Amino acid sequence: MFEYAPAPESRAIVDLRPSYGLFIDGEFVDGEDLHKTINPATEEVLAEVTWAGEADVDRAVRAARTAYEQVWGPMPGRDRAKYLFRIARLVQERSRELAVLESLDNGKPIRESRDVDLPLVAAHFFYYAGWADKLPYAGFGPDPKPLGVAAQVIPWNFPLLMLAWKIAPALAAGNTVVLKPAETTPLTALLFAEICQQADLPAGVVNIVTGAGDTGRALVEHPGVDKVAFTGSTEVGKAIARAVAGTRKKLTLELGGKAANIVYDDAPIDQAVEGIVNGIFFNQGHVCCAGSRLLVQESVAGEVLESLKRRMARLRVGDPLDKNTDVGAINSADQLARIRELSDAGSAEGAQRWSPPCELPERGFWFAPTIFTGVTQAHRVAREEIFGPVLSVLTFRTPAEAVEKANNTPYGLSAGIWTDKGSRILWTADRLRAGVVWANTFNKFDPTSPFGGYKESGYGREGGRHGLEGYLNV
Amino acid sequence: MSERVAVRKTYKLFIGGKFPRSESGRSYLVQDSNVSLASRKDARDAVVAARAAAKGWAGATAYNRGQILYRVAEMLEGRREQFVALGVPADEVDAAVDRWVWYAGWSDKLPQVYGGANPVAGPYFNLSAPEPTGVVAAVAPETPALLGLVSVIAPAIVTGNTVVVAASPAAPLAAVTLAEVLATSDLPGGVVNILTGRLSETVPTLAAHMDVNAIDLTGVADAELAAELEVRAAENLKRVLRPAPADHDWHTDPGLTRMTTLLETKTVWHPKGT
Repeated sequence: MFEYAPAPESRAIVDLRPSYGLFIDGEFVDGEDLHKTINPATEEVLAEVTWAGEADVDRAVRAARTAYEQVWGPMPGRDRAKYLFRIARLVQERSRELAVLESLDNGKPIRESRDVDLPLVAAHFFYYAGWADKLPYAGFGPDPKPLGVAAQVIPWNFPLLMLAWKIAPALAAGNTVVLKPAETTPLTALLFAEICQQADLPAGVVNIVTGAGDTGRALVEHPGVDKVAFTGSTEVGKAIARAVAGTRKKLTLELGGKAANIVYDDAPIDQAVEGIVNGIFFNQGHVCCAGSRLLVQESVAGEVLESLKRRMARLRVGDPLDKNTDVGAINSADQLARIRELSDAGSAEGAQRWSPPCELPERGFWFAPTIFTGVTQAHRVAREEIFGPVLSVLTFRTPAEAVEKANNTPYGLSAGIWTDKGSRILWTADRLRAGVVWANTFNKFDPTSPFGGYKESGYGREGGRHGLEGYLNV
Repeated sequence: MSERVAVRKTYKLFIGGKFPRSESGRSYLVQDSNVSLASRKDARDAVVAARAAAKGWAGATAYNRGQILYRVAEMLEGRREQFVALGVPADEVDAAVDRWVWYAGWSDKLPQVYGGANPVAGPYFNLSAPEPTGVVAAVAPETPALLGLVSVIAPAIVTGNTVVVAASPAAPLAAVTLAEVLATSDLPGGVVNILTGRLSETVPTLAAHMDVNAIDLTGVADAELAAELEVRAAENLKRVLRPAPADHDWHTDPGLTRMTTLLETKTVWHPKGT
């Protein structure tokens, strides 16, 4: 292992208040139900945030309704666009501050929040800003209308990026929003609220209510919302689908995954190994589209695994703020417990577990990059979403078997294909029941590119022209 | 000289390209005829038939699917008088024929209108294309019995889905007769399956069925039942088309939503390089 001197990013750029209220109707409102949010890498308390109750959620929804009816709805698209462009610029200007805060609150490596999350956040607002005055050309009829008030509930794995995926298309289409960030990662959303103030975004257009499951439930079930957008677990997604049944609320869901990453025998092995590593260890595997099932053609399985293990031994696990870190902290104690439970089940069910020698910090929540070989389709580690840095390796002999195994899951969010043969890529891509297929690459995202799943990975698409559809009355 | 005694028709279900009676052996008297009263088992059999047909139909070329839908229009046009004799207004039959023609043309155009290249910020080829979601369960509206039925079947199948449709319980004869049209239009067996009988018997089974990918509640007039069906559909996150408003005018432009709700968008990335 090469030795690197520590290269920590300074956290001085982040000026945290000791305590945060809710962002309702353009103002921060103090609440009573305060909860600590911690840095998962150190367990140090970062700040206190308010968990919104039903009355708070109701106030936020009413503020959003008023803003929709009186300000944002009647506003010409070209002016809505300008606010979104302002937000995109402010995100770019304050991107380092946001990136450091994201890594502090989430545990993800600064290299990732700085180089992936924040550029995509700004790009997303910039992309949808341009749609705000072009909706009649989006292919949804000559005069598409917004829905009204959007209730948006987002996860902790890409806190600010998921906020951007939700808020940018909603506002571009002319809706107002009430957004609930995850309880373990509320801070960048609250900083985003400050950015809305800085942009002079009219009060009530964006409301941020922090809290946990009860806050989310109150928001989703509020009779005053016209649209529900949720990113998170399939289990909660189903509960939300039941909750909106029989209402007028339009629903889009972006849920779990158990993506197959298929490596054919003619794949460029070194590139494929980089793709496998990126597929499962990017963001500590806290990625719904993670390539968590490696399907490798039997004839090259030995070579691929040997190379993969060599590469894994070079992964640097540790301080998220260190610019050399590849794999950061697990987001919470609960998530760590879940990863441990499923990994233990993998061993108990007979799969072989391997991790590189890897020193983990004493404080905080950590899990070494792990692979399971000898996995069968019946094993829990092959069926359940682990949402951590744990890869299950299965083998196949024929392309038909690869497709069969890849599709043998209730999920259908993403998939990967590695081969040098173009016709085999297209043949395989046609047969995979997944919303995003990465061929000879993995985990690429772009605001113009629709993202979302088949089957129990949810419905609706985020990103691109398709992403507008969920926020328009079509 | 005695008058010729007419040969009466037995109205049966349409499952897997065949015309079976209900496995339950039951029928009900409606429109002066005995019509099969489909059971939950019939609904499950229909899903099996629809699933078996799904791969071939989704894999057929768009050109082929368009030709077959156009052929349905031809066959329906030829049986115009038969539907009129069943009490379907002539202008409704005409509108139903035209609707098949309209949807036939979408088979090879929707992927162009609804998908396409995405200009991502990097050296990647990136293409989004719609694909069928799979097996669709649909409830045809009570009226208009023929145009309403065609308006839920055609948008589901033109893109490559297969469908199990519950016909209007009060006016099922047009549905069974439409099945005869479909059976003579080169439509592969199982692409469209038609159940007659009580919605309360077949539709909850379809809504809860784990091998059904989407449910079209268009014809469910009872709001409480519609909500219950939507709850059942959440178990495997079926795509849901909610009930049409009671005053919906079926003669207007149907738009794309009936098709797009039953589609998945697949986006494929590939690096560019030498």
